[in-house]
Amino acid sequence: MDAIHYWLPVLWAAIIGAAVALYVILDGFDLGLGILFPFTPEEERRDVMMNSVAPFWDGNETWLVLGGGGLFVAFPLAYAVIMPALYLPIIIMLLGLIFRGVAFEFRWTAKPNHEFWDKAFAYGSITAAFMQGVVLGGYLQGINVQNNAFAGGTFDWFAPFPLFTGAALVVGYALLGTTWLVMKTEGELAVNARRWSKYLLLAVLVIMAIVSLWTPLLFERIAERWFTWPNLLYLSPVPLLTALAAFACWYGLNSGREVLPFVSAVSLFLLGFLGLAISNVPYLVPPTLTFWDTAAVPESQIFMLIGVLVMLPMIIGYTVYVYWTFRGKVREGEGYH
Amino acid sequence: MDLDAVLLARIQFAFTISFHIIFPSFTIGLAAFIATLLVRWRLTGREHLRRLARFWTKIFAVSFAMGVVSGIVLSYQIGTNWSNFSVVVGNVLGPLLGYEVLTAFFLEATFLGILLFGWNRVPPNIHVLAAILVAVGTSLSAFWILSANSWMQTPAGHEVRNGIAYPVDWLAVIFNPSFPYRFAHMFTAAYLTTSLVVLAVGARYLMKGRFPEEAKTMLHMGLGMVAILAPLQVLIGDQHGLNTLEHQPAKIAAIESHWDGSKPGALVLFAIPNEKEERNSFEIAIPGAASLILKHSTDGLFPGLKEFAPQDRPPVFPVFLSFRVMVGMGVLMLALGFTGAWLWFRGTLFQTRWYLNLAQYAWPLGFIAILAGWYTTEVGRQPWIAQGILRTADAVSPVSFGAVLTTLILFIIVYGIVFATGIYYINRLIEYGPRGTAAETAEGLPSRPLTAAEKAAHDAIEGA
Repeated sequence: MDAIHYWLPVLWAAIIGAAVALYVILDGFDLGLGILFPFTPEEERRDVMMNSVAPFWDGNETWLVLGGGGLFVAFPLAYAVIMPALYLPIIIMLLGLIFRGVAFEFRWTAKPNHEFWDKAFAYGSITAAFMQGVVLGGYLQGINVQNNAFAGGTFDWFAPFPLFTGAALVVGYALLGTTWLVMKTEGELAVNARRWSKYLLLAVLVIMAIVSLWTPLLFERIAERWFTWPNLLYLSPVPLLTALAAFACWYGLNSGREVLPFVSAVSLFLLGFLGLAISNVPYLVPPTLTFWDTAAVPESQIFMLIGVLVMLPMIIGYTVYVYWTFRGKVREGEGYH
Repeated sequence: MDLDAVLLARIQFAFTISFHIIFPSFTIGLAAFIATLLVRWRLTGREHLRRLARFWTKIFAVSFAMGVVSGIVLSYQIGTNWSNFSVVVGNVLGPLLGYEVLTAFFLEATFLGILLFGWNRVPPNIHVLAAILVAVGTSLSAFWILSANSWMQTPAGHEVRNGIAYPVDWLAVIFNPSFPYRFAHMFTAAYLTTSLVVLAVGARYLMKGRFPEEAKTMLHMGLGMVAILAPLQVLIGDQHGLNTLEHQPAKIAAIESHWDGSKPGALVLFAIPNEKEERNSFEIAIPGAASLILKHSTDGLFPGLKEFAPQDRPPVFPVFLSFRVMVGMGVLMLALGFTGAWLWFRGTLFQTRWYLNLAQYAWPLGFIAILAGWYTTEVGRQPWIAQGILRTADAVSPVSFGAVLTTLILFIIVYGIVFATGIYYINRLIEYGPRGTAAETAEGLPSRPLTAAEKAAHDAIEGA
């Protein structure tokens, strides 16, 4: 294999991994707010929660299109195997996102009879988050592939591990949501969010521990990856940094810091994501197809790479600009409505 | 996978894309309309232009949200339901869709935040710029998606090795033979659709004597566009048809319901195409007229359906019918544009109540025409999903019949609830109208997109 055929797919896997990670973080706190809706019955607080992400959610969700679209562009075979394999969770996730997305606009018009769209926002978010976790778990547990096509059953994903990761992601997104509220709101809502964050942080740490034990027990290739010398040494920074991020989050929550909890919760997510990536590299469709097996031809990957190199810095630039424009606390009663 | 499952997957995709296409084809033109209003406001300082921009921005927000959520579904359905399509053409089509995401989706989605919530947060010129960037984003999106769609109709710049399509020349891929025509046709259609809605809303207000200043601006802008674009669209459509004859003659044969290529084509006004007997029942036709349009001579010949093997023909009746619906809508648009322009020229536009009364109901014309035109070109491409490269029946995913049926039912329920409600809310926003929102929030924070509908709801309750 020459350098182009070797490195292009690696680079593309990194780009798609980054897009998915960005999606998980950015839409994670949006979805987290929806997950918290049932626990925040007060209308004014719900208004504030929604207003805190209303200018951003659309851009945030676009990373999901880049993740899925990027897979189609750079690894059409992986896209063609993964999507049918996880057919039901993906479609149900999309339906959840529909309710969540339109609720941003519809909720205000339905007032004072907006109960339906409150529920749509909450259960749409919960459904989408849970199904994303199921997709992740179903993906990690491996996809049955024969002759470069999905050969498994409709309900392969309906297994303990994917269902666990589904619930886990709901809890994780809730933590991103509460720490976002600690940063973006004030008053009782922020106080509550800080209290919830502590419970959620503990829950997330337990979940991370369970996944860290479960995956090597379930999959020999992952155990081999992590627990052989010298991998153990090279990979040791990941759990150490995770512990550090958890400590920073806990400290930030207890010491009244407003930004630190969110930033460290995001770090926790990124480290968890990195850990899962390390477990599976170079498999794009675990446990059979690698980056190289599923890659589009170099002509396609290079053509698209040019676009990414030109456009992605601009996208990040104007995304930061919009976040900067709407910086600061969102207050009760003086939202955008 | 058996044929029924293929049909089910097709119905599902047709259903989701039909709902989706309504919203972008409206928001492409609407974004440009809002940007134009804001630019005119900056140039003239006339406040009612800003009020109008605010008003339409609220409608834009609702439409755009529905476009986004239904569009994301499509980007995943290509994999979930048409996985073999992804494998066979992914190397060529993938980057076109990728460029759509990178150049268009992020741009429009991100600057929409500024457009909706930035009225008093950013300087006016930045806000106008955001509106322009949203409009640019929607147009770029149309550019890429139509390039991809055109490639499925008239593939170019590729080679097929072992059944898989590989790119050879990207410029030839992007600017494939039908793309310039399709892009011009669809883009004009989108602007026409929005212009008709704007015209109809202006007429509705004027009929009721509401918001006269705003209504007159909308009538002039909407009608001006319709009067210019409707005739232009006829010319573009004609050119597009000639291009289709060159590259997809079977589609033209189906559109014209033309069976025997050894005789000149009649312009079939109406007929029941009989696919079994390869002829038309109950035909009402003008002899030689189709040849005149397509070959510029009443005895010109063009291929008939019999020249294609039955398995290579598109289903005739849907293509035949939807084309006629599209053309019918076009004729109505022409009439509306010409009459309105004449009244405008005479200086009696605002007083001619019969015209305003008709115009206020003209808003669906563009939507119907777009859907009908879309069915014509997509069904007319059958039995191919990518013309000459991959048949639709060979493109589906290895997903069970039950799973596709379940999700189809879910889509019908969810879309039924969500989109019916959305259209109801848009109507409520229009009913409320462009009230003095610009001055109202001058000192406060920007207004939410749906505040107006909310107020309308309160008004309605109080009024009852």
